[in-house]
Amino acid sequence: MSASKDSPGVSSPASVSRRGFLKGIGVGTAATGLLTAARSAEAAESESGVRGPGEFSLTLQVNGQARQLKVEPRVTLLDALRNRLDITGPKKVCDRATCGACTVLLDGKPVYSCTMLAVEAEGKAITTVEGLGTPERMNAVQEAFVQHDAQQCGFCTPGFVTAATALVRKNPNASVDQICAGLGGNLCRCGTYAGMLLAVADAAKKGGA
Amino acid sequence: MAKVDWPAAEKRSVIGKRIDRADGAVKATGAAKYSYDINRPAMLWAKVVASPHAYAEAVSIDTSAAEKMPGVKAAWKDESLLGRDTNGDGKIKYAGQILAAIAAETEEQATEAIHHVKIEYKVLEHQVRDNDVALAKGDPNKREKGNVEEALTKAEVVHTGNYGVPVITHCCLEPHGQVTEFRDGELFVWPSTQNVSGYADRSLAHATCVPQNKIHVDCQYMGAGFGSKFGVDKWGTIGATLSKQTGRAVKLMLDRDLELAIAGNRPSAFSTIKVGAMKDGTMTAMDCEIWGTAGMGGRVPDVMPYVFTGLPNHRYVTKRIPTHRGSQRAWRAPNHPQNCVLTMGALSDTAAALKMDELEFFLKNLQFAAGPPNAAEVYREELQKAAELIGWKQKSRLRGAPQPGPVKRGLGIALHTWGGRGHDSQCDVTIHPDGSVEAKMGTQDLGVGTRTCIAQVIAETLGLPHTAVKVAIGRNDYPRSGASGGSTTIGGISVSSRKAATDALNELLAKAAPRLGAGAEALEAWDGSIQVATDPAKKLSWKEACAALGVNSVTKRGICVPADAVTAGLISAQVGGVQIAEVSVDVETGVVTLNELVAVQDCGLIVNLKLAESQVFGGMIMGITSALYEEAVYDAATGTMLNADMEFYRLAGIKDVGKLTVHMMTGKGYDERGVIGLGEPPVIGPAAAIANAVANAIGVRVPNLPLTPDRVLAALTQKGGVA
Repeated sequence: MSASKDSPGVSSPASVSRRGFLKGIGVGTAATGLLTAARSAEAAESESGVRGPGEFSLTLQVNGQARQLKVEPRVTLLDALRNRLDITGPKKVCDRATCGACTVLLDGKPVYSCTMLAVEAEGKAITTVEGLGTPERMNAVQEAFVQHDAQQCGFCTPGFVTAATALVRKNPNASVDQICAGLGGNLCRCGTYAGMLLAVADAAKKGGA
Repeated sequence: MAKVDWPAAEKRSVIGKRIDRADGAVKATGAAKYSYDINRPAMLWAKVVASPHAYAEAVSIDTSAAEKMPGVKAAWKDESLLGRDTNGDGKIKYAGQILAAIAAETEEQATEAIHHVKIEYKVLEHQVRDNDVALAKGDPNKREKGNVEEALTKAEVVHTGNYGVPVITHCCLEPHGQVTEFRDGELFVWPSTQNVSGYADRSLAHATCVPQNKIHVDCQYMGAGFGSKFGVDKWGTIGATLSKQTGRAVKLMLDRDLELAIAGNRPSAFSTIKVGAMKDGTMTAMDCEIWGTAGMGGRVPDVMPYVFTGLPNHRYVTKRIPTHRGSQRAWRAPNHPQNCVLTMGALSDTAAALKMDELEFFLKNLQFAAGPPNAAEVYREELQKAAELIGWKQKSRLRGAPQPGPVKRGLGIALHTWGGRGHDSQCDVTIHPDGSVEAKMGTQDLGVGTRTCIAQVIAETLGLPHTAVKVAIGRNDYPRSGASGGSTTIGGISVSSRKAATDALNELLAKAAPRLGAGAEALEAWDGSIQVATDPAKKLSWKEACAALGVNSVTKRGICVPADAVTAGLISAQVGGVQIAEVSVDVETGVVTLNELVAVQDCGLIVNLKLAESQVFGGMIMGITSALYEEAVYDAATGTMLNADMEFYRLAGIKDVGKLTVHMMTGKGYDERGVIGLGEPPVIGPAAAIANAVANAIGVRVPNLPLTPDRVLAALTQKGGVA
């Protein structure tokens, strides 16, 4: 979370933090979470089923594997993946659901993992860009990204590849307008959109991902 | 014997081809580890505390409460700001200035802990406005050629206009920052940098008390820099210091708001420009007054008149407005995009004042254009090509020509130029007895395809496919290569890798010659073989030839000394380029839509056509973004940047960029120039071309970028209606 959103950074009226608020109250059980703050996390978990505010164990299904980790309730899915599981394909860029660099698939649907708590993803199938293909065995979208040079620095690429994979799976006959709409939630700074349009259209034609 | 000269067109099988980038697959699958992705054992997270005040004194910084927070392992504060005021250096000079930092076990703990750092400020009166010339300080810079006053008096038409470009930021998707680790008295750094070989400089050594020969830098993948990532920066020394304090690895990456506010600002440029011309369209004079800010210091963009430096009479005065804003950093093609908007805007308006077709006006004045050798001819060819590609003849109309309906279309032109001479570079190429080849170079790949181009040049030299060359870059213990800035990388790395490969090959040829019963000078490497040039039937396969090395690999170092490489014809500098935009403007809503942008670009001998085109597409899109959306909005009352996030500091999305057409000038007349850099040129023209297209569409100049609906409507209102 950005420093300015809660205090000592650059104060900015634009920095209303949806997630800062969310993180502050825990996991949809605000009152309970606050009341039990003084007790140990483990005790709270065992007695009431309420987890937090301290670290607790969590199992996430990531790229087909059950991964155990310890998180506090405030930990986002993105930070859980990157900081605790070393799954660094999804990137932290805007950290507020604007740029899409953190996109992962949750039960097949693209979500911004920076704006979702790790605990919310429990029991769901999480697929990151690493789960879509490997350098030796890329999926159709990844291959097309390479072929059409739809990447430069590549920092936005995992998010785009993930969003595009969801798009072509859902709509293998996607038109240019539909591709633009499907990738409208992602941003690139190097300027690779020309190659991306060709890549996604190509991947769609080849039967998707 | 192999020579270092670039092979003739018919002897090129790898250079100039459309080859996929070598690291495409690792990037597309998330396997590439960027600096931000480096997770070290027992690594701590650092977060910084930044000043909310644009101008202040830090009376006290108290980290004690923060240090008691869960998970916190270390704190740092900027002692240099406390109780000192030597020449003003002891003051906080911009909002976002880093004052303290906390390292904790988790990112969440560090983020929470920084809220508990207590800083007492004495707030001073700040100044962040940059568009009022009355705020300028110091002596203006002046330059005059010819006699501008007299030429303007004699001109048959004099046009006066205002043109402005705001401060914009780099907005690298990977923020600035690094992972540092202090181990056995040595410092290991994984920075996001454009300057691998030069990163471990004296300032880092001094700040950490680690000698330069014990600092190890590794940057395999970095999420772009655009000119903002050359130095260690304050966060670099803070991270290293925290590592040293704790004996633990520390990750310190800027959060997005600070990345936008403090990690790079491009100077603004506002202007009043007068152009004198004769009725036939020939320009006679240009007079410019330019003001803007580059933060507290720096330079106001003054590459004026842009491209048309051959004008007989021209003058500029630049006035610097000091502001309490984050520091200015080189932004892709420093100063050129701003000066391009100013100059091309004034020229476009002069053409309109003359009721002359803009293309005809530019063609008419090419005698004054400078940039590539034979500038007038190059620009003429490029203008004609761009006009043809966009359909100028069919689509163009004079400014102010009536168009039915609320959506008006228009065309606009911009010319640009850039140097792009290669930098100092060294490369080691090794040929092993088993035939495998590797190269090592302390360069970096910002996303332009440096790895790929090194492999291509070496492969071409050795007669191998590009996939046969293993390229290792991104470490400061590899042969030193220059920082990637100013479009200097491709020239430098092409020459050093070519020379190293040539020298290594010649040693191999000498060893293999007896087996072919020929002198080494008669041999060449071609298509996977070492053969007698005049009798290709006499040959050894590459592997057979390499076996002649016995047990010893051969390693040669190639060195690019730029001036020598220019003399040798391997590289040169100064390119031209033309861009033409077509826009639609809804005069009821003020919304500008880019329909098409055409770029015609030369850059000498192209190493990889696919990657070169990608560079141009990228430059165009970055330029489009600056034309339509980008501005670092500062609040005069609080002195802070209001849009330090990616919702309100908008980048163009895939739907916003319209149709893009790229045409690279290649072949005769261009290839002979040797390799020239391409990173900067294509980003220069788009904003100017788009601004001119909007003026052409609606019949009035929107003076200041970005071309947002409110500015378009204000310009229309001021004019009192639509053409």
